[in-house]
Amino acid sequence: MLEVKGLEVAYGRVKAVKGISFGVESGQVVTLLGINGAGKSTTLRAISGLVPPAAGEIWFDGERIDSLPAHKIVERGIAQSPEGRRLFKNMSVEDNLLLGAFSRKDADGVKRDLDRVYGMFDVLSRRRDELAGLFSGGEQQMLAIGRAMMSQPKLLMLDEPSMGLSPIMTQQIMATIKELRSEGVTILLVEQNAQAALSLADKGYVLEVGNIAFSDTGKALLKDDRVRRAYLGAD
Amino acid sequence: MTPDLFFEQLVNGLSLGSLYALIAVGYTVVYGIVQLINFAHGEIFMMGAFGAYTVWLLAGSPTELSAAAALGLLLPAMILGGILVAVGTALLTERFAYRPLRGAPRLAPLISAIGISVFLQEFVRLFYGRIPGFPDSKRAIPFPHIEGISGNSIQLGDVSIKMTSVFTVAALLICTAFLWYYINRTKTGRAMIATSQDPDTARLMGIDVDRVIMSAFAVGAALAAVAGVAHGMYIGNIDFKMGFMAGLKAFTAAVLGGIGNINGAVVGGVVLGLVEAFAGQVGDTAWKDVWAFVILILVLVFRPQGLLGAKVVDRA
Repeated sequence: MLEVKGLEVAYGRVKAVKGISFGVESGQVVTLLGINGAGKSTTLRAISGLVPPAAGEIWFDGERIDSLPAHKIVERGIAQSPEGRRLFKNMSVEDNLLLGAFSRKDADGVKRDLDRVYGMFDVLSRRRDELAGLFSGGEQQMLAIGRAMMSQPKLLMLDEPSMGLSPIMTQQIMATIKELRSEGVTILLVEQNAQAALSLADKGYVLEVGNIAFSDTGKALLKDDRVRRAYLGAD
Repeated sequence: MTPDLFFEQLVNGLSLGSLYALIAVGYTVVYGIVQLINFAHGEIFMMGAFGAYTVWLLAGSPTELSAAAALGLLLPAMILGGILVAVGTALLTERFAYRPLRGAPRLAPLISAIGISVFLQEFVRLFYGRIPGFPDSKRAIPFPHIEGISGNSIQLGDVSIKMTSVFTVAALLICTAFLWYYINRTKTGRAMIATSQDPDTARLMGIDVDRVIMSAFAVGAALAAVAGVAHGMYIGNIDFKMGFMAGLKAFTAAVLGGIGNINGAVVGGVVLGLVEAFAGQVGDTAWKDVWAFVILILVLVFRPQGLLGAKVVDRA
């Protein structure tokens, strides 16, 4: 479904991503692991069309998308819930969700998906007219994921959904991701919480300063010594 | 100050303030979205006035119209023509003078804007009058007499209010109502708010930010064109450098209200107009421009966010 080949991204003269390749199959949950500054968020930003790749190709559903503007990429079916959630804090929950559906023309479908998101997140449903900035970190994360779902994406990219959240809230977000997976949503997940991410993932890629160091299934990486030492806190 | 004089200055201040407010909205909307002070915006206002005047010329310079024809046909056509010229000019400058510089340091588009400002002034000064049948544009050109507005006034007890003042204030009220609807009730308006808060995230929502920026320039230009027509009728003439001082005053108004804040631009414009009218009355009229810029400096020093507060950029 998504195919990234030899992707390089540079900020000025600094290369943040140095030629990585990976793929996401339809229906899979794929996770990118790596320390801060390894280039995970930059990779997602490049896929979304927010930063132009310096080299390499990005293919989605058989179409090359790396030179498309960001709004066209959303139309093709890739949504991103960005790092730090980036909600429109001065707007209501409902307005945030409706902005997520900005590229859609089917009013009935938007209404249905709005109900679906409210069904998934009760707290958003009860407080739909309140400003997004008034919600707790976990609730804001739910809203950010819900907002990304509103574009009816084929591929949902989540950047650090557990960042800054309590362990209980993290569990809840991970349960949400599991639920989305069971509904058949394809997910590309960037996480610092490797334990949580790998338990969900069909496949994991480990990034080290801009390169893919190695990859395997989520289960295998959970047992991998290199991953255990670097990301799971084992000695 | 006698009550009559007070009332007269109140009307003068509101008229002047409405002109400033209509122009100030253009500075603030564009700033809110691309953080550019579009110093050519005063010239967009001037182009709007010339566009409207040109429609009158092309209509055969009618002078003996009935009030019904003047208000029902000529004036709407002139306003529309002014809007088309102003919006067209604004979109061209955005496309060719600002968009290529979008990733550049902030100073680059600012200098480009000053260049466009000079270019447009000189363009009108040197070329407008050369078109066969068009008047010499190096000097002020008398604005057409619009029967029913120009030279008319309404009587309220002892005081009379010029119809040009009524038109100018009404133009602000109507334009503000349209603007409110456009920003708050249309999809493009929502996209503008989202883009001004967080452009990258707006892109992730599927918003075409280039189109939003063009809309911002177009909306500002349309209001400036309406101000250009109102100015023509209120002052009585137009000239190639009319946008310079009006632009600076409107910019002051936008800063006074809080740059990036649309309500602020309207409030700032009206406040500045009133201050000028009353300061001119209390002291020497020649000092009214001085007061405007004293206000600008005081605001920048003591309340840089403006009366209503600038757009608060709040990112997680």
